[in-house]
Amino acid sequence: MSVLPYLTAGWIMLVGVYGIVTSRDLIHAVVCLSVTQSGTYVLLLAIGYRSGATAPVFSDRPPPPAGGPVTDPVVQAMALTDIVVGATVTALLLALAVQVARRRGTLDPGALRSLES
Amino acid sequence: MKARTRVTLFGSGAAGTAALFTAGALGLPAFGGALHPYADRAVRQAAAQGTPNAVASVTFDQRAFDTLGEELILLSAAVAAVVLLRAVRQEEQDAGGSHRHGPAEVPDALRTIGYLLLPVTLAAGVYIVAHGHQSPGGGFQGGVVLGTAIHLLYLAGDYPALRRLRPIPLFETAEAVAAAAFVVLALAAAGWAATGRVPALNGAVGTEVGCALVLLLGKFFEQALLVRETGPAARPGARAAGDPREPP
Repeated sequence: MSVLPYLTAGWIMLVGVYGIVTSRDLIHAVVCLSVTQSGTYVLLLAIGYRSGATAPVFSDRPPPPAGGPVTDPVVQAMALTDIVVGATVTALLLALAVQVARRRGTLDPGALRSLES
Repeated sequence: MKARTRVTLFGSGAAGTAALFTAGALGLPAFGGALHPYADRAVRQAAAQGTPNAVASVTFDQRAFDTLGEELILLSAAVAAVVLLRAVRQEEQDAGGSHRHGPAEVPDALRTIGYLLLPVTLAAGVYIVAHGHQSPGGGFQGGVVLGTAIHLLYLAGDYPALRRLRPIPLFETAEAVAAAAFVVLALAAAGWAATGRVPALNGAVGTEVGCALVLLLGKFFEQALLVRETGPAARPGARAAGDPREPP
């Protein structure tokens, strides 16, 4: 089952999208977007994994080939970028939800007629 | 669109996505395999540049310009959230002192733990930022720890102390200055040894992330705790959330 980690990433993404589609609350939709995005973290880290490898930090041992295999630092840096951007997008969307609640008195996307405020 | 139609539409789309994704995953190199061409090059380069933490080397050295873009996304998202959360017409922001956010409302154990953990967490955050080029950690991680540390005061029930500890205008300035410092450092770093520039960039990023987090949470706190609607046009239920401890 060497594809199971990849399939897990896809499953997490689809579950998050399902949550957004059926959402009755904007805060819930924002959280579902975060779930969707965590699928990409799993995918990136799964791609960068190497059996029997350790973290790509060489402060206490020599770099490969002398020090044994390490996992992929490129995808780990990408996951870091991903997390930071995801967190800021979440904050921005929550601020928008606060504005919607303040102006319309509801957080149900079905009760909002259009995107104009 | 009706909810049922929407779910049906999602079902067909999800089935197609799942089929394509599975087909793509089956064609990927096996999980945990030995073939990692980019990893080998990045690790070799990190070792050659003398940065023991290869992830920090990729983030702040080999892909520093991508991180510059990420920094600016962070800055613009923080600015946009602050703009969106301004107090608007028919609302006024009252002084925090008129509310009962005093230390008396939480259990003593929680308050003690909050006060005790504050300096420890701040020290840990500074360590993670300062040591990020040598051990797991870095500016982004340490900045989040620093921003969280200050909010232990809120968990300790002392919102007035939190307000005194983080004057919002100061943090706004510090965030902008840190972002500018990152841009200048990234542009100036071309002819600079990696051993010097990675810690410097880590410090700028740590400052900016910490300030952005404090700023965002501060604005959300103001929204939840201090903003009250006034005037005849105030609609019932139109406000997002009040302080549950506050009598109406």
